[in-house]
Amino acid sequence: MSMPSELFRLLDVEKAYDVGRKGGLFASGPRRRLAALDGVRLSLKAGESVAIVGESGSGKTTLLRVLLGLTSPSDGRALYREKDITLLQGEDRDRFCREVAMIYQDARGSLNPRMSILDLVAEPLDHHGLCKPSERRDRVAALLSRVGLPPEMMERYTSALSGGQVRRVAIARALASSPAVLVADEAVSGLDVSTQAQLLKLLRDLQREMGVSLLFITHDLGVAAYLCERIAVMYLGRIVETGLTKDVLSAPAHPYTRALLNAAPKFFEPIAEPLGGEIPSPIDLPPGCRFAGRCPEARDDCRASDPELVAGAPNREFACLHPLIGEPAFA
Amino acid sequence: MALALARPASAPPETPSSTPAPAPLLTVERLSLSRGEKLILDEVSFTLKRGATLGLVGESGAGKSTIALALIGLLQKPQVGLEGTMALDGSANLVDATEKDWLKLRGRRVSMIFQDASSALNPCFTVGSQLTSPLRRLLGMGAKEARGRAIDLLESVGLNDAASRLDAYPHQLSGGMQQRVMIAIALATNPELLLADEPTSALDVTIQAQIVRLILDETRKRGASCIFVLHDLALASQACDEIVVLYGGQVMEAGPSDVLLAEPLHPYTRGLKACVLELDTDELVPLPSGAPSFASKTPGCRFAPRCGNALPKCVDEKPPLETVRGRKLACWNPAA
Ligand SMILES: Nc1ncnc2c1ncn2[C@@H]1O[C@H](COP(=O)(O)OP(=O)(O)O)[C@@H](O)[C@H]1O
Ligand SMILES: Nc1ncnc2c1ncn2[C@@H]1O[C@H](COP(=O)(O)OP(=O)(O)O)[C@@H](O)[C@H]1O
Ligand code: SF4
Ligand code: SF4
Ligand SMILES: [Mg+2]
Ligand SMILES: [Mg+2]
Repeated sequence: MSMPSELFRLLDVEKAYDVGRKGGLFASGPRRRLAALDGVRLSLKAGESVAIVGESGSGKTTLLRVLLGLTSPSDGRALYREKDITLLQGEDRDRFCREVAMIYQDARGSLNPRMSILDLVAEPLDHHGLCKPSERRDRVAALLSRVGLPPEMMERYTSALSGGQVRRVAIARALASSPAVLVADEAVSGLDVSTQAQLLKLLRDLQREMGVSLLFITHDLGVAAYLCERIAVMYLGRIVETGLTKDVLSAPAHPYTRALLNAAPKFFEPIAEPLGGEIPSPIDLPPGCRFAGRCPEARDDCRASDPELVAGAPNREFACLHPLIGEPAFA
Repeated sequence: MALALARPASAPPETPSSTPAPAPLLTVERLSLSRGEKLILDEVSFTLKRGATLGLVGESGAGKSTIALALIGLLQKPQVGLEGTMALDGSANLVDATEKDWLKLRGRRVSMIFQDASSALNPCFTVGSQLTSPLRRLLGMGAKEARGRAIDLLESVGLNDAASRLDAYPHQLSGGMQQRVMIAIALATNPELLLADEPTSALDVTIQAQIVRLILDETRKRGASCIFVLHDLALASQACDEIVVLYGGQVMEAGPSDVLLAEPLHPYTRGLKACVLELDTDELVPLPSGAPSFASKTPGCRFAPRCGNALPKCVDEKPPLETVRGRKLACWNPAA
């Protein structure tokens, strides 16, 4: 069987949580659902890099949990190499675990402090039976140098390492099983710019040299632009705009994308008029466009019909009734 | 012995003075702070004009929070070693101030906003009681007057439905709203100096923009000065009139932000700026890793182990902070 070039494919994925009845535990109102994901379509091809951006609460982590098979969609389908992720079994399951590697935001918390760096990095090798015991140390040494750590470090424990070093160990461990795709959730946030710059450069080099796909969740548009050729902007459980990162960021079509761009700090520019309000809870959304309450472009029809994500320009999709394309980007 | 701490009568904070060279609101001169054998701040100097905004920037561990905590009297002798000068306009040297002295300044002339509003606010008390208590305690207002003022303050920081928010507990508010409440509390007594220690690093960029704008607008309206602790140089260029770049408790470079960030001369400032991602950044040139030594015996420039320009002299002798091309610079070999 030939390998499909699409690794991940999400088909109108919905993920709703039951959040009880209005008024609390003993209330008798209708049960309420929180749609953390509300009809998400997304694909990731081999070798591609995609950034997922949006404010907290927009559903990025939920999306990633669906992709990793940690939670199943309440509607729609989530596929890896054309098979339902939550139904993967036997050989398919093993292959999924080998090919999809995760880099967590809390790198230190994700690594067992009682295991040596050697055992941490070798664990995926052992688990998938990827190397002979006699080659183990050499393989770990090679992985550590690949991420810029001295091989001698394998004898040590994470407690003796700096925050930047721990993140490198997490990357080495993720690379151990020669994955097809790296998935990362805010993997460089909360770090000093110097450490962040080192890790981003490393990730980009890895992506270019090893051809590994990257699905990178970040709230930083600069990170998205540096690392990923495609971008998907999320708001309240939906992708509201997607396309090539450089196109989207140089001429956003969706007012929410423009608002994120305006909010990003820029040298010597006056601080732009901030987007008002805060992202609401995805419970009991009003009809119409879910961004209407904060959108400076909102008109009457926005409160009546809910825009779908449609192709609005070559290689570009957006969900807006009054897109900005054609207007100046930073108006 | 009581120190002189009062606001100078000639320059009330509500009227930013426009005389040619007014005394700076804050003067910090050769301020050193030690914890045991560690010299955390090594002769830090800078001044802050009335109504101006100053940004303290540098990697974590540089001593930014330490400076802020010293300026609000939360690090005092003999808990830490303090030498040098820090003085508000008209005050005595606060390096010698005792807790009794600080009680007259803290919350009155100087206030602080912390990074993590959710832990800085008391979870057991309503927003209203946390906001009215400084008004009653420090300004001597009655309950009713304080409540009315609290509502005004919440409105001024952009909380709609302010009267009903008074009865809310902090956990019932979003992170951005908690930060707004903290700003309201800090501004309640019209301080002359507001210290904001990474007030937005836990928030989304959209909310960050709102909060930074709010702090700038509200301090400007009151003629107050502000010290921002920031780690984003681009944001610092947007928000601050002056920048102080710290590394390992030493001032590397300091000056007007447009001069300093447009053309940084210090190897560390240049390195930091090269790490900032902009939307069109194609190549990153990361600074090499490393952490400064705080050993009090280190005689030279603390950045030397990571510096591409280092000379043998740099390790042995500390470069003086001197005026070079419109800013203060401490470096033996600043050439590119
Ligand atoms: N297990 C859960 N139960 C109920 N609600 C949840 C759960 N997980 C996430 N949510 C809600 O789903 C929405 C999206 O959350 P999340 O995916 O974490 O967003 P992001 O990662 O973009 O911040 C939020 O409103 C969040 O409160
Ligand atoms: N309570 C403390 N006890 C001992 N050392 C401390 C304490 N707080 C901070 N330090 C040290 O002081 C230095 C400066 O810290 P800090 O002012 O918090 O830096 P920044 O705010 O720039 O990240 C660091 O080396 C830190 O380890
Ligand atoms: S559909 Fe209307 S409210 Fe929604 S983003 Fe577009 S202009 Fe704004
Ligand atoms: S050249 Fe010398 S003095 Fe200047 S930053 Fe480098 S080490 Fe410090
Ligand atoms: Mg998340
Ligand atoms: Mg700090």
